[in-house]
Amino acid sequence: MTSEIVLIIIGMGIVTYIPRMLPFVLFSQLNLPEFWQNVLKNVPFATLGALIVPSVFLIREDWTFGAVGAITAFIASYLGANVFVVVLCSISVLCLYSLYF
Amino acid sequence: MQSTTVMNHRSEFIQGLQVGVSIAIGYFPVAITFGLLAERTGLTLMETVMMSAIVYAGAAQYMSLSLISAHIGAWEIILTTFIVNIRHFLMSASLNEKVENDSIWKKVLYSFGITDETFSVAAVRKETVTTSYMFGLCLMAYGSWVVNSGIGHVVGGNLPLFLQDSMGIALYALFIGLLVPSLKKHRKIVVLAALSAVINSFFVFTGLLSTGWSIVAATLCSSLAVEWFLKKYKQRVRKDD
Repeated sequence: MTSEIVLIIIGMGIVTYIPRMLPFVLFSQLNLPEFWQNVLKNVPFATLGALIVPSVFLIREDWTFGAVGAITAFIASYLGANVFVVVLCSISVLCLYSLYF
Repeated sequence: MQSTTVMNHRSEFIQGLQVGVSIAIGYFPVAITFGLLAERTGLTLMETVMMSAIVYAGAAQYMSLSLISAHIGAWEIILTTFIVNIRHFLMSASLNEKVENDSIWKKVLYSFGITDETFSVAAVRKETVTTSYMFGLCLMAYGSWVVNSGIGHVVGGNLPLFLQDSMGIALYALFIGLLVPSLKKHRKIVVLAALSAVINSFFVFTGLLSTGWSIVAATLCSSLAVEWFLKKYKQRVRKDD
C-alpha cells in the first residue's frame, strides 16, 4: 500500500464528509424563513430530475438502451409497483433487449 | 412503555434495511465495476475497499481512478472530489428539515451515509424519517457498496458484459421509481423535476459545468424558480380577492 494513495483516500474522505455533515450542525438550532424551508422541500424532486436526465440516456452510446430501461421503470412504477420491483423489471427488460438487439 | 419504544426502533431499523435492498442492488454493478477499474489502475484490494469505506461516493471514486492513473497530484484529486460531492450539502440541508428531532451526534453519524440514493429514498418517504430508519437504510447501502467493491476487485472481469450493462440501469430505475408516485399526485412536482432535468441537460451538453456543479445548479434553479413563481402567484390571487 503506497502512502500517497492512503493520503489521497483520507483527504477525499474528509472533503466528502464535510458537506454531508455540516447542514445538520449549522441548521440544527436555526429556523429558516418559510420561503427557504419550502425551497428545501422542493430539492428532492428537482434533484431526482437532474439525476435521471440526461445521464440515463448516456449509459450506452446508443441512447435507446437507456430509454428502454427508463420507460420500463416509468410504466412499472406508474402501475404502482414498489421500487424494488421497478428496479428488477427494468434490469430484466434490458437483459432481454441486449440479447435480442 | 420502554419496550414499545425499543420495538419501534427495531421495526424502523428493519424497514430502513428493507428499503435499502433496492439501493444495494443498484450499487452492485457500479461497485463491481469500480473494483474492477481500481484493480486495473493498480490499487491493491486493501486500498480499493478502503477507498469505498472511507470516501463512499461513486462518481468521485471513479474520477479519482482516472486522475490517479494520469499521475495527477493529491491536492488536485482531493479538490475535484470536493467539487463533485458538494451537492450533498444541499441534500443534507433538505433532509435536515424532514428527519426526526434527535441528538446532533446521531445525525452527524448517519450523515456519513447520505448519497444521491439514500437521500432520495428518505426524502420521499411519507412517514417521518426516524433515526433508526436512517441507520438501517444507510447501513444496507453502505454494506453493499463496500463489499461489492472488494468483490469487483477480485472477480469483476468475469461478469458477462450484457449483465453489467443491463444492471447499469438499476440506479436510474430506482430514481424513477421514487419520483413517479409523487409526480402522479402533484403537478408542482412534474414542473420541479422537468425544469431541473432541462437545466441539467443544458449544462451537461454545453459543457458549461462539470457534473457535480451541474446537478447543484439545476436543483437550486428549479427549486427556487418554482417557489418564487408560486409566491408571486399566491400574492396576485390575494390581490384579486
